[in-house]
Amino acid sequence: MKVLIPGALRSYTDQAQVEAIGSTIDALFSDLDRRYPGLRFRVVDEQRQLRPNMRIFVNGIGVRDLQQPLRPDDFVAVVLALSGG
Amino acid sequence: MNRSPKPSSPARKPALRSASAPAQRLVILVATRKGAWLFHGDARRRAWVADGPHFLGHDVSHVQLDPRDGRTLLAAAKTGHLGPTIFRSTDLGRSWREARQPPAFANAAGSLPSRSVDHSFWLTPGHASERDSWYAGTSPQGLFRSEDGGLSWMPLPAVNEDPQLREWMGTVQDGTPDGPKLHSVIIDPRDAAHLYFAMSGGGVHESRDAGGSWTPLIRGLEVVEGFDAANVIFHDPHCVRLCPGNPDRLYQQNHCGIYRIDRSGDPGADAWQRIGRKVPKSVGDIGFPMVVHPRDADTAWVFPMDGTTVWPRTSPGGRPAAYVTRNAGRSWQRLDQGLPESQAWWTVKRQAMTADSQATPALYLGTTSGELWIGRDEGARWSNIARHLPEIYAVEVATLP
Repeated sequence: MKVLIPGALRSYTDQAQVEAIGSTIDALFSDLDRRYPGLRFRVVDEQRQLRPNMRIFVNGIGVRDLQQPLRPDDFVAVVLALSGG
Repeated sequence: MNRSPKPSSPARKPALRSASAPAQRLVILVATRKGAWLFHGDARRRAWVADGPHFLGHDVSHVQLDPRDGRTLLAAAKTGHLGPTIFRSTDLGRSWREARQPPAFANAAGSLPSRSVDHSFWLTPGHASERDSWYAGTSPQGLFRSEDGGLSWMPLPAVNEDPQLREWMGTVQDGTPDGPKLHSVIIDPRDAAHLYFAMSGGGVHESRDAGGSWTPLIRGLEVVEGFDAANVIFHDPHCVRLCPGNPDRLYQQNHCGIYRIDRSGDPGADAWQRIGRKVPKSVGDIGFPMVVHPRDADTAWVFPMDGTTVWPRTSPGGRPAAYVTRNAGRSWQRLDQGLPESQAWWTVKRQAMTADSQATPALYLGTTSGELWIGRDEGARWSNIARHLPEIYAVEVATLP
């Protein structure tokens, strides 16, 4: 499936949109980490929780549950929440 | 406003070196809220070349050079959004590689709540005999060890999963405004298995078996009035340093004053002595950094801040100054020549002040307002190295081979 990568993670992927696989968001980030080592831990913590200021949208709908099922034709967007300073 | 004629800006070009100039190179490692900078100079310490920013936009808590090889750097970083990581350079910052396995807590054991590392806060190179070993202290409080030069990090369960230590750590609610910290990781230069660390909050702790078990070292330390000093949870050490000139002596800047301890060989008998009472009352003996002399164990420096009322954490009265003791804390002298005389409301965080190891050491400090200062002649004369950096979290200085 297509995954939109935010600017803050482009140092890992070198591109704004990448292809990855996974039957859940959790599995998708594991696949992304295989392709781009280190990426997952900067988005998902060691307790398998999405970090506080990260947002995930599947086909435009926000989700926080990493067990959310995915289909191969889904479009997943990883977005930085509007926060910080 | 300054006592010195004119603070200098960061040098853009290396100073010309005369034939008699010292050949030794020094590097100042500056970690800030928005990235890291290296300032290169030589043993004359007159001109510095700024190299940075590295990791622009990252919160960099600490940058340390490995004294065992003189070229490996580790940087503890995160951003406002992304999780924490460690970057490693083996060419003094020309290129960086991310840790394969940054510090991360193990899954929760038993009834202890699970935790996630928010940021790595403190980096300490391991013992000289243990090449490629490093320790990292995190927020929330955790202790991690690397044995491959910082590429992968393993938690120390005797700290991170110990029910008693976890109780003493408290919760995030009990920590500092920037999160609770494990800091001041110290390795006895005579014994790789003899370790110390401190926690804000949660006391000072000592291990004699390479971190397999830990004992509190809090006797003699005061706590906030009305609380029980026997309860480790109420102890808030800000910075602990071991004297290279006498590894049986440690100094401590605590939430409740400045202390010294001299180890007797009988841990049960050892007690911290409050040595900050002779700092003028109008200044007080509250602060964050603690700096020890590279050779003279009777000499140490602090940088007091306003710890009254609501804890402004600024220079007392807007007049910043270091204080030095030359007699192990029996008396203190003010060192402010060259520093602003008034209306300077910055302060210095616990990792942001240090000394070099030259024959006559210079001090270095970074301010919360982004200024980097050098205190020549052991802090007698201060001058500015850089201004307009982001808020400075940590300053280290190293002599390169």
